[in-house]
Amino acid sequence: MEHIDPSLIDWSRAQFALTALYHWIFVPLTLGLTFIVAIMESIYVKTGNTWWKQTTKFWMGLLAINFAIGLATGIIMEFEFGTNWSNYSWIVGDIFGAPLAIEGLMAFFMESTFFAVMFFGWEKVSKKAHLLSTWLVAVGSNLSALWILIANGWMQHPVGMHFNPDTARNEMTDFWAIVFNPNAYSKFLHTISSGYVLASLFVIAISSWYLLKRRDIQFAKRSMMVAASFGLIVSLFNLTTGDDSARQVALNQPMKLAAMEGLYDGKSGAEIVTFGILDSSKTLLDDKDPFLFKIAIPGGLSLLSYHSLDAYVPGIKQLVLGDEEHHIISAAKKIEQGKVAVHTLKAYKEAKKSGDTQKAKDEKSIFEANSKYLGYGYLRSPEQTVPSVPLTFYAFHTMVGFGTWFILLFMIILYMTMTNELHKHRWVLWAGVWSLPMGYIAQEAGWITAEVGRQPWAIQDMLPVGMATSSISSGSVMFTFWMFAILFTGLLIAEVKIMMTQIKMGPKEDGNV
Amino acid sequence: MFETLSYMQLQQYWWFLVSLLAALFVFMTFVQGGQTLLWSLGKTEDQRDVIIGALGRKWELTFTTLVMFGGALFAAFPLFYATSFGGAYYVWMAILFCFIIQAVAYEYRKKPGNVFGEKSYEVLLFINGSLGVVLIGTALGTLFTGGNFVVNEMHLSHWTVPTYGLEAVFNFFNVAFGLMLLFLARLLAALYFMNAIDNAEILKRVRIVLKYEIWIFLLLFLYVAGSILTMKGYSYDPNTFVVSLEPMKFLHNFLAMPVIAGAFIGGVLLLLVGLGLGIFSKSDKGIWAAGVGVILVVISLFLILGYNHTAYYPSLADIQSSLTIQNSSGSHYTLTAMSYVSLLVPFVLGYVIIVWRVMNREKITVDEIKNDPHHY
Ligand code: HDD
Ligand code: HEM
Ligand code: HEM
Repeated sequence: MEHIDPSLIDWSRAQFALTALYHWIFVPLTLGLTFIVAIMESIYVKTGNTWWKQTTKFWMGLLAINFAIGLATGIIMEFEFGTNWSNYSWIVGDIFGAPLAIEGLMAFFMESTFFAVMFFGWEKVSKKAHLLSTWLVAVGSNLSALWILIANGWMQHPVGMHFNPDTARNEMTDFWAIVFNPNAYSKFLHTISSGYVLASLFVIAISSWYLLKRRDIQFAKRSMMVAASFGLIVSLFNLTTGDDSARQVALNQPMKLAAMEGLYDGKSGAEIVTFGILDSSKTLLDDKDPFLFKIAIPGGLSLLSYHSLDAYVPGIKQLVLGDEEHHIISAAKKIEQGKVAVHTLKAYKEAKKSGDTQKAKDEKSIFEANSKYLGYGYLRSPEQTVPSVPLTFYAFHTMVGFGTWFILLFMIILYMTMTNELHKHRWVLWAGVWSLPMGYIAQEAGWITAEVGRQPWAIQDMLPVGMATSSISSGSVMFTFWMFAILFTGLLIAEVKIMMTQIKMGPKEDGNV
Repeated sequence: MFETLSYMQLQQYWWFLVSLLAALFVFMTFVQGGQTLLWSLGKTEDQRDVIIGALGRKWELTFTTLVMFGGALFAAFPLFYATSFGGAYYVWMAILFCFIIQAVAYEYRKKPGNVFGEKSYEVLLFINGSLGVVLIGTALGTLFTGGNFVVNEMHLSHWTVPTYGLEAVFNFFNVAFGLMLLFLARLLAALYFMNAIDNAEILKRVRIVLKYEIWIFLLLFLYVAGSILTMKGYSYDPNTFVVSLEPMKFLHNFLAMPVIAGAFIGGVLLLLVGLGLGIFSKSDKGIWAAGVGVILVVISLFLILGYNHTAYYPSLADIQSSLTIQNSSGSHYTLTAMSYVSLLVPFVLGYVIIVWRVMNREKITVDEIKNDPHHY
């Protein structure tokens, strides 16, 4: 486009990344804690034991503190599609707007309506109706994850649409293809389970802290029991769905996969790097080893991505330069075709405007022959198709490493609570406390993998970020970036402080636990 | 079922839904109005807690309605979403700012260790209630007065003045529209408190608010309604889509669509009945009459904006760039698919109403708030 101003793109990306990363501090805890609270309240309703009611109320209080700021950061994200990605909103709004609207109607109303009952309705509705409300909040929050991830899954792997040259946008042709996009489902399952993992870590960290302080022992042990059993199940599920997500990436976003693994040269029987340090001086075209140090499992990547030890996995080089043997078209070739599409689209519109139907028809048919790579036509060079390798690589490996550790942690804690020797091993309790920040880091790292790894595409292979922005001055975006940065940080500080105070006050505050 | 509708009918249906959401939102701004009354109605800490308690059960609903309004616009009229949000950037950002601070204020206000202190959070509530509503009103005002944008042949848009939407506040009509919404919100809040709170002192002050502020509201309303009926509007030719100025366009629209005119007049009357109930009687039902009235009025204002070949978002920079429900909507296919989704609306409204009734069955008192450790 005429207006592309690199600093506008950068500030817009920065602002979106900032708000998304902040939103994601709060959302996963909501996703999981709503379930844990619902489970605890179910135990209360079933047993009639008021001890469980107090326990439920304690965790619910922490949930509410977290929830409020999740709403605050969420509303900006929705409107930011319009404010900062205005061209995006037009070019794909016909498809992308739908899941967002459905999310509002199906999920947000459910959450916010029943949240009020869950929180203020203890004395106003029957026990059963209250329990139902608590479950509806849990279901609502997970439904919101479903629809937003259908939207996001579509960005990673666009389906069910076609480009209409008359409106110059993509239009929906198959609603169900979008709803049942396999990419969206692996994302949804992986993301909600990661939320459950985080919530389990949250309960474990706080309970561990009580045990370390030798206070609220019974409360802590029982909460620990719920969280560790729930945590173990969901973390195993998280691993399975993570593996499935990686397979989706391999199928639909080979460049992202190559960046996640630091794989410059494609090969059959590609190895998987379990730990590695990248050589920062490595460039695309040199023959240096990308790693200064690595521990790798031979054939692992091929096996995981394509279920075969010697399957071919393309590397960054092949994806940029092309590789005839494996039918990979070079980025340069796609850009060339894309530029033809861009030009003929323009010519088509002009011919149509001036009433030259024959020319319009001709241009349109050339356009359609090349429209597959329309998005590439807006790129400047083939190298632009490569995302940041270090960021993607390290983010991915941090997530997987931590994820494996969490499984182990849940096993140890569950075993030790069952044999009742947890209090004897203070190191386990400390590990429980410190795994919480690791959980948050894994969460953010997962999204950095997913979102940075698909750069430069806002919509994979279709719409580069540079084409997607609003045309405003970069100064305005810079201004609002700092405004949000300061505001969110202030609110985050308040949130953390309030949480800590509530935790220190402990579950006893409301009654006699 | 929806497949049998024409593209134009679907666009009208969706414009109606957007209007409905806007109307529900305006009604729900009683939460914001109530926030601005916090200090004048609540003279003691207990009283303020009761007021916050009464609003605290509802604020999320208002918030979600705003989110939903945005979502519906995105899905049904993406070009508006792109043009207005991406162009009138500062106004929308300022509005968002006012809503972010609301969400945390309720939850954090009373919590120990909240860093900034109770007062600061009450100030945030005040900013949300006043500035937030006035800005939204100003933004809605631009649907009548227009914005400085250009949409090119690729349907990509840009704003033509560097104030990115802030220029709207220099238009007297827009600001009057915003102020009118603010006073409406305060009146609705007063009626809501009569319905939800049991506290003689607060209710005495509520009546005073009603008695005096109704005049300010009526003045602003007469100005706004008078301006709308007499102002020029932008109409387009349904065949060529050429946009042109038409004097008294909105008056013509009312005359061309008498049902909408009827709804408008009926709505105004109901609003007055509601306010009258609050001022002259002991009834606590004023909020319902006024609420239905407000919803009818807002829907009819939106419908004369979008129906009858009217450009609902005129461009001041290039009249042919003006947005209409026909040139800014989603595709025929998307509108059809989304129309099926819209069948959920009555269901959602249903449970919202049931929960509302259950939660407001008994009025809130100082005692209740004191005995509930989980109150806001
Ligand atoms: C507690 C958090 C957490 C943990 C322990 C894991 N993940 Fe994860 N992962 C996420 C939290 C997360 C996430 C934040 O939810 C992401 C970001 C985008 C998404 O869909 O989920 C994600 C994305 C994500 C992606 C990218 C998907 C895409 O680009 O579309 C892959 C390939 C994996 N994960 C794989 C794994 C594997 C193999 C794990 C091994 C245990 C793992 N994740 C643990
Ligand atoms: C760009 C993407 C996103 C947008 C536009 C967005 C939008 C929003 C909005 C508007 C809210 C406030 C809802 C209300 O009014 O009740 C919200 C809250 C929420 N969002 Fe997001 N969101 C995004 C990403 C995500 C993701 C990826 C998930 C889950 C996987 C998620 C899950 C939730 C949940 C569970 C809430 C409830 C509130 C809370 O957690 O505190 N969101 N979001
Ligand atoms: C809530 C969890 C999420 C996090 C933490 C997150 C993170 C990020 C980050 C870090 C970027 C910047 C990437 C870059 O420019 O290098 C980004 C961009 C973006 N994300 Fe996400 N994302 C999240 C969810 C979503 C969802 C659910 C959607 C869509 C429904 C989405 C849509 C976008 C868009 C449109 C951009 C801007 C364009 C681009 O850079 O491609 N994000 N996000």
